[in-house]
Amino acid sequence: MYPAQFDYKRATSVEEALALLTEADDVKFIAGGHSLIPMMKLRLAQPEMVVDIARIDALRGITEEGDGVRIGALTTHAEIAASSVLHEHCGLIAEAAAEIGDTQVRNRGTIGGNIAHADPGSDLPAALIAAGATVHLQSASSTRTVAAADFFLDLLTTDLSHDELVVAVTIPSLGRSTGCAYLKFEHPASGYAVVGAAAWVKMENRQCSGAGLAINGVTATPFNGNEIAQSLVSTDASDDRIAAAVESVQPEDPMADVFASADYRAHLARVFAKRALVSARDRAV
Amino acid sequence: MGITIELEVNGQPVKREVEARTLLVHFLREDLNLTGTNVGCETSVCGACTVHVDGKAIKSCTQLAVQCDGAKVTTIEGLASNGELHPMQSAFWEEHGLQCGYCTPGMIMAATHLLDNNPSPTEAQIREGLKGNLCRCTGYQNIIKAVQTAAGAEG
Ligand SMILES: Cc1cc2nc3c(=O)[nH]c(=O)nc-3n(C[C@H](O)[C@H](O)[C@H](O)COP(=O)(O)OP(=O)(O)OC[C@H]3O[C@@H](n4cnc5c(N)ncnc54)[C@H](O)[C@@H]3O)c2cc1C
Ligand code: FES
Ligand code: FES
Repeated sequence: MYPAQFDYKRATSVEEALALLTEADDVKFIAGGHSLIPMMKLRLAQPEMVVDIARIDALRGITEEGDGVRIGALTTHAEIAASSVLHEHCGLIAEAAAEIGDTQVRNRGTIGGNIAHADPGSDLPAALIAAGATVHLQSASSTRTVAAADFFLDLLTTDLSHDELVVAVTIPSLGRSTGCAYLKFEHPASGYAVVGAAAWVKMENRQCSGAGLAINGVTATPFNGNEIAQSLVSTDASDDRIAAAVESVQPEDPMADVFASADYRAHLARVFAKRALVSARDRAV
Repeated sequence: MGITIELEVNGQPVKREVEARTLLVHFLREDLNLTGTNVGCETSVCGACTVHVDGKAIKSCTQLAVQCDGAKVTTIEGLASNGELHPMQSAFWEEHGLQCGYCTPGMIMAATHLLDNNPSPTEAQIREGLKGNLCRCTGYQNIIKAVQTAAGAEG
């Protein structure tokens, strides 16, 4: 299975990559290639030109920045899963990255490509929304930031415009006394998330003082459950309180396929939201 | 519209002209005649095409040869040294870790990557580490045993 013919260019800087975008009508960046190459083999994507951004070193790596962490767009899932910096500040992202595909996929796939591709069954989007992450974008003329919660617009569709590159993602530190959990119900054939619930809970003096929740796989874009999770603040976040809170997880228009119907997915969303919140709480205390 | 790439394959420098769309697995098999790396599914799921690029296991059906310009690639043919099988190869042999052998090159490349990062994995870690490799013959039990044996031999 070959992709159709295309021109291949390699960029060594962000500026060069952005300039190359104007050289043909349909130009695609390639990072790890683990979503783009399968799409090109199936001819679901047939770009005229592919610009390889994988050698732009400025886009790589995980660093502490201010009160949080910056992850360069080219950082691989394997690097994210193994990052001690992330485990200290926001283990949720590392835990979700560890659930992606298999070792080989994690060695090549990148966070920038994962969110730009925006597969509804991807693992990182919900973790980023629950953690309150920000996506950093750059075009030839400007830079801007978008909250992860506003970045995913529809199935395989994001706020990224055709002349922009994802440069990095920043994540606020979730701080001490916080527990995280990413729980995935994996599609038995594809390995993608049928449902993937990302949750964090902060417990101080046996009281919840902060929480986040988002769910992959159920709707075209991740279900944002942050307000639902925040309803636990100033309570003891007991099992009963969590069970009552997740009753509000009522995703609109859940997806359906031969494996999982819409009703089943919506049901799983509540089950996994509850389990993720409970284990995040248990890990916090 | 050829693109010239230079890389190191199993320790040997290689320079070739390829089409942009040539997949690494086809470059290895058809241009370099290294047919040990198999093509199973062509859709990134079976792992039969697993090779190491710069020391990391990847699926060579999901990688363009041009992406590997300048890289160090190791295939199953590159594991044995001086006519001696690699400990992982011997362990697959001893433990009957293969039947038809189709998945074996990819299994072994994934398994050696696993031990490079975790020299004494638990059974669960072995299963997780080989999740991207499918075997339709063995039922996996002897593959797990082979990796455990190799871990013992190397440790
Ligand atoms: C067998 C298999 C199993 C998988 N299982 C899972 C899974 O369980 N969970 C999961 O989350 N994912 C899974 N994936 C997808 C994987 O995470 C991909 O690596 C990821 O979705 C894309 O990252 P990439 O670096 O490979 O991007 P590429 O394939 O290189 O690019 C994907 C898209 O993003 C664009 N792009 C890439 N980088 C940038 C950038 N910096 N700025 C702007 N646009 C950019 C490209 O132009 C392209 O349109 C799987 C993939 C495979 C092959
Ligand atoms: S042939 Fe590459 S994963 Fe199956
Ligand atoms: S030995 Fe036949 S597929 Fe594994």
